[in-house]
Amino acid sequence: MHSPKPNPEARGSEDWPSELYRILKAAGVGQMSYVPDAGHSQLIRLFSADRDVTTNVLTTEEEGIAVAAGAWLGGQRSVLLMQSSGVGNCINMLSLSAIGRFPLLMLVTMRGEWAEFNPWQVPMSRATQPSLEAIGLKVMRAETAEDLVDTVESAAALAYESDQQIAVLIGQRLIGKKKW
Amino acid sequence: MPMQAQLDRRAAVAALLGDRKDTLVVSGLGSPTYDLHSVGDHDGNFYLWGAMGGAALIGLGLAQAQPGKRVLALTGDGEQLMGLGGIATIGVARPRNLDIVVIDNQHFGETGMQASHTGRGVDLTTIATACGFAATGTVRTLAEVDRLAAEIASPADGPRLFVIKVLAENPPRSLPSRDAVFIKNRFRAHLGFAAA
Repeated sequence: MHSPKPNPEARGSEDWPSELYRILKAAGVGQMSYVPDAGHSQLIRLFSADRDVTTNVLTTEEEGIAVAAGAWLGGQRSVLLMQSSGVGNCINMLSLSAIGRFPLLMLVTMRGEWAEFNPWQVPMSRATQPSLEAIGLKVMRAETAEDLVDTVESAAALAYESDQQIAVLIGQRLIGKKKW
Repeated sequence: MPMQAQLDRRAAVAALLGDRKDTLVVSGLGSPTYDLHSVGDHDGNFYLWGAMGGAALIGLGLAQAQPGKRVLALTGDGEQLMGLGGIATIGVARPRNLDIVVIDNQHFGETGMQASHTGRGVDLTTIATACGFAATGTVRTLAEVDRLAAEIASPADGPRLFVIKVLAENPPRSLPSRDAVFIKNRFRAHLGFAAA
């Protein structure tokens, strides 16, 4: 195994990205695609350092929906990381996951809802959950680190073992206020 | 002005895939899906009836999951133009077993035959080259398609993108199943994965 060690500096509930990494590895994830996001930066680092996982940096979020379907066709489990502003880019491509009943697990960090400094993030924040649900995804939300870890573990089982299409929304309060 | 194409798309796709061996093929929405089916239905085909812009990226995920198999994304100019960013993503990912072949009639054939960007001078092979693809090329004759078929059967150092310039016409449709779950499960069974 070539799995990198979780960050020893971070501990307990503060270190939810390492916990998510551990859970996703245990769920057999072999591919990770992402659009860069500060909230996901530690998880991106952990996966990128893992030679057993193929990672793809995307130019836009909907690419990852297609990559995840291709991974499943080829027998691999894939996870997709993005922030809520990118959800709007995905809607038509999510038809693929819905109509093909492709397992899909998206981890979405929320913007525009908690101490957001940028008003342009707010409309898509408001639209994130309803638009995902409108295209047929199951949406799960977490506001605390403990809840998030449990939620992702459950979502991974539902996605990969029950062929469900799931977005886990990670509350902005959990990410912490962005410093400028 | 771009050179006028004379090649029949069905003849081109038949020549390209006549001896496909164990190549896995993902086809893009519209005519490429009909073209692929017209050569003969195959368990190693995944046909798109939607997901515009996604064919090459499904090919990427598949190629990464199946590094020992050759993967071909067979798509149209309109579909690939919608996924231009995906060419950059694939260029960075640098799979050695993924080829994109664009059946380029330089028109949006499904929606009224308006001239597409490739018909107005945009060159997908140059874009792919700039994105770091290992090889690119444009073919215009059946003899060149035969040579292309041999080339895509050979190993590569990275992703490749080829454009086949074809006549702008809509041959009779050859329709595969529209049941994506069936096509998905059949494809996975072809690779040895049990249906869940």
